[in-house]
Amino acid sequence: MTDDHVYLSLAEASPEGDTRWAFGTGFEDPLYGVDTELPPGLDRDELTALCLALGDDALVAAQRLAEWVTRAPELEEEVALANIGLDLLGQARLLLARAGQAEDAGRGEDELAYFRSPQEFRNVVLAELPNGDFAHCVARQLLFSSWRLAVLQRLTAHRDPVLAAIAAKGVNELAYHRDHAAQWTVRLGDGTEESRRRMIAALDQVWPHLADLLDGAEPELRADIEVTLRQVLDAAGLPLPEPAASTEQLPRGRAGEHTPHLAELLGELQSVARADPEATW
Amino acid sequence: MVTLLQLARDTAARVLDPELPMLTLADLGVLREVTLAPDGQVVATLAPTYSGCPALAEMRADVDAALRAAGFTRIEVRTVLDPPWSSDWITPEGRAKLAAGGIAPPGPAPRRAPGGPVPLTLTPTRTVVHCPHCGSADTEETSRFSATACKALRRCRACREPFEQVKEL
Repeated sequence: MTDDHVYLSLAEASPEGDTRWAFGTGFEDPLYGVDTELPPGLDRDELTALCLALGDDALVAAQRLAEWVTRAPELEEEVALANIGLDLLGQARLLLARAGQAEDAGRGEDELAYFRSPQEFRNVVLAELPNGDFAHCVARQLLFSSWRLAVLQRLTAHRDPVLAAIAAKGVNELAYHRDHAAQWTVRLGDGTEESRRRMIAALDQVWPHLADLLDGAEPELRADIEVTLRQVLDAAGLPLPEPAASTEQLPRGRAGEHTPHLAELLGELQSVARADPEATW
Repeated sequence: MVTLLQLARDTAARVLDPELPMLTLADLGVLREVTLAPDGQVVATLAPTYSGCPALAEMRADVDAALRAAGFTRIEVRTVLDPPWSSDWITPEGRAKLAAGGIAPPGPAPRRAPGGPVPLTLTPTRTVVHCPHCGSADTEETSRFSATACKALRRCRACREPFEQVKEL
């Protein structure tokens, strides 16, 4: 395959029976070629649950971001949201593949993404909320990426070298996602009367989920996120929303409790794979 | 005389990046290592750029095919995630090729200790990036995200042309 054009090189018949039919297809395990042996003494169930939860967060958030394509306020923004979604989808593939290896029950990324029911998903509810206006997208991204960045930062020292490596790559990507959301928060908060009104309303909507994200978190992680958020809101001239009195009214996504919105999202995400479970792409 | 190892290295190093075809995988810093075992097995190691980069499968297939075409039969293409790929790994030659191809090369990647704090950037970055078309330093960032995960979008205020820049990562 000496051709210098990727599409032409794809069209060449390969003696190895290349099954790729378009750029980016011919999917294989995203951890293919990585040393995936588990360190001795590592708790498999714990690692499975951790990778599954973080993988589900990324998969569901990526799907919501993809829904912005053709709906974003400007072309550059559409490209940005799609790129952020693509990063998260990449993280989801790596994490679900790792979850499958840790589980050791023969399930790969596809089985985990396409053939689980909503109650088997462990994503935080913040990720599955339906899209609202653009301010809502920015507010959700601000909370989600600030939290995820802080979580992944700590996982770079995890005993599982594969999870640690996935986290280290993710941190670099999340730094861009968080900056993106933070800069838009400032722009909208410090913009027109209308943009400010919408940004405040959006933050009020997503803020109760902060307690859910930080549920059981170590104090240092909690402080990190609160410092970041305060810094952004100060720069935007926005008030800090009131903390939620309790998270009792929210479904606990980490325990498999979800809003009906997740079933709807998964219905769309899983429809093609479920229509023809034997298909390859 | 070219040794087999050299042949394997040169062959893998010449494979072009699917999304930045002016660069080889070696220029991009994606090709980390090529080894040859006494039994003739070639092992090429790639470091993916972004987690979601759809080009990784292409890169792997292209390296495999190039080595096969060069006469190697036992080939393994491995992926290494640690340390994560950095735009600092793009070679000086790669940077020159990017600029010649109309894409501004990245500045130095942010230096962060593993697991260390990641500072927040609240205003568009103000680094000086030269326009790859006219050379002017009077350029501005229009979006940190562009047609591929690895590039940002900029605009030159002198010649008014938009252009892409490989992001610092």
